Order: sequence, then structure tokens, then C-alpha cells
Amino acid sequence: MPDERVYPEDVAGEFPRPPTEFTDREDREIEVRAWREHHDADSEAFEALVEMYVDFDPADRAQGVPPVGETRVRDWLENLLEQDGFDVLAWHGEDVVGHGTLVPDDETTFELAIFVHQDYQGAGIGTELIEALLGYGQEHGAEYVWLTVERWNRPAVALYEKVGFETASAESFEMEMAIRLS
Amino acid sequence: MKVLLGMGGAEDSLDALEETVTRAAAAGDELTIGIVENPESDRTPEQLVAAANAELEAVGLDADVRQLSGDPGSSLVQVAESEAFDQIVLGGGQRSPMGKIRLGQIAEFVLLNSHVSVKLVR
Repeated sequence: MPDERVYPEDVAGEFPRPPTEFTDREDREIEVRAWREHHDADSEAFEALVEMYVDFDPADRAQGVPPVGETRVRDWLENLLEQDGFDVLAWHGEDVVGHGTLVPDDETTFELAIFVHQDYQGAGIGTELIEALLGYGQEHGAEYVWLTVERWNRPAVALYEKVGFETASAESFEMEMAIRLS
Repeated sequence: MKVLLGMGGAEDSLDALEETVTRAAAAGDELTIGIVENPESDRTPEQLVAAANAELEAVGLDADVRQLSGDPGSSLVQVAESEAFDQIVLGGGQRSPMGKIRLGQIAEFVLLNSHVSVKLVR
């Protein structure tokens, strides 16, 4: 169910379902995979994800996430995974270099966030990551997806607009954007 | 220090209440608690007055607890400026399902419009 937020009238097209593979602009082979199996806090993927966030540039934080320091990163991720949403990870070899998450408000409405490690930004990974995440959501019945973004963060706003998000509310310090998936 | 705590009734304003009363008791602040009408809150002003009084009693502190009418942000700013407060204290925002902090509308208004220093409690 949508809340007071304004969603676009038009339904977005079909997004690619993960897994997807591509070569980024720095010639690196990247694979985006849904994190289905062992979607929990004692898997190898979890440890690789913790590693990415512990090394995350604090200047790239948004509205307090990811938190700084390994203990807080683990607490935050464990809490995130307990909510049983949908997650995709961008892999470069053994390393997680990007993470996209859909956290449920209810069965059809989700909050979205994506994070790309600073060494992998500006190489087209964010676009592939968010498209695979939205495809994964579509596959599992997500209808409404929203996010918040600091309004000065133009690269992020441009990325969200490119895949079809529209401004849902601009009254606060941070902007709310939304997309309709089905 | 003369401190005005603004409470609208969201969860973060209860955290701010606890922190501010504890600090006022330790530092000898002259505390006033302004209860405002927050349309985003589930708690009534009467419940907030009761919560404030309970917190004050627990530490044995005397403070002025009042209900402010009208627009919540502007009534807090007006009281703080006209009565020469040193500081306004507010809750530091709520977390979204995925953990992002979002400031409440009252905090945003007060931050932008107040000439008195503002403290947000996390």
C-alpha cells in the first residue's frame, strides 16, 4: 500500500533480473548477484560486505549510514538483514564492491539504498546495481519503492532519475524519490 | 544555562527529555520544557506533560513545563528569543527502516529560523 508519498503514475518497465555481468569503465569484470542463499550474518558474503563497509570513505556516508567502525557496521547490517528485504551484491572477484538493498515497509512497499565502494565509483556500477536490484524486487512482488537522498548529492539524484525515480516530496532537508514497479 | 527543551512527542523527543533532564540536574541548568502540538506524533500533549513530570520527579529537578499553542517550530523559536534562552534542545531525528536518520519538521524549522543555539540529541 502506498502512503502519502506521491508515486509516479506510470509503471516502470521491466528491469534486468540478477545475476548480471559486465565490464566496468575501468575494464574490471563485475558481477551483480542476488544475495539469496545464507542471507544472514554468518555467511562469507556477509564478511565480504562488512569488509567493504569498514573500508568505506566516511565522506560518502548519507544520513548516518553506513555507520563508522566495524562494531557499528555489524550491528547496522544485522539489523538490516533481520528485516528480510531483498539484497544484491556487486562482486569483483572475491570482493564485494557494491550493495543494493530493499527494506520492506510492508509486503509491496520498500525503501531502497545503494552503496558503491569509493574505488569503484564513476565506473557505471551504480546503474547496473540499482537496475538488478529493481529487477530482483519486481521478481518478488515489490510494487512501490522509495528512497531519500541529500539534495546536494547530484550524481545520486541523476542516477535515480535515469532509472525512473521521480521526486515524491521535496519539503525536507533530504529529498524523497519514488518509483512504481508494477 | 537557560535551556528550552522542545517536545513534539516523536520517539526522539523522549530521548531528548531524558538526556536534557539528567544534564540539567548535573549542571544546574535552568530548564523549561515546551510541549508543542506535533501532527506527526501519536502522543497527546497531556501524555507528554505527564512524561516530563515523571522524568523531573525521578531526578528531583524543578522545571517549568508548559504547553505551547500554535505552530510548533515558530512557537519554540519565539519563546526562546523573547525570554532570552541560551539554548533550544530537540530530538535528533528518527531512523528510517534501513537506518537513515531523518530530522523532524519541527527540528528543520527551528534549525533554520532560530537565533538561539540549537542542540540535537542523539
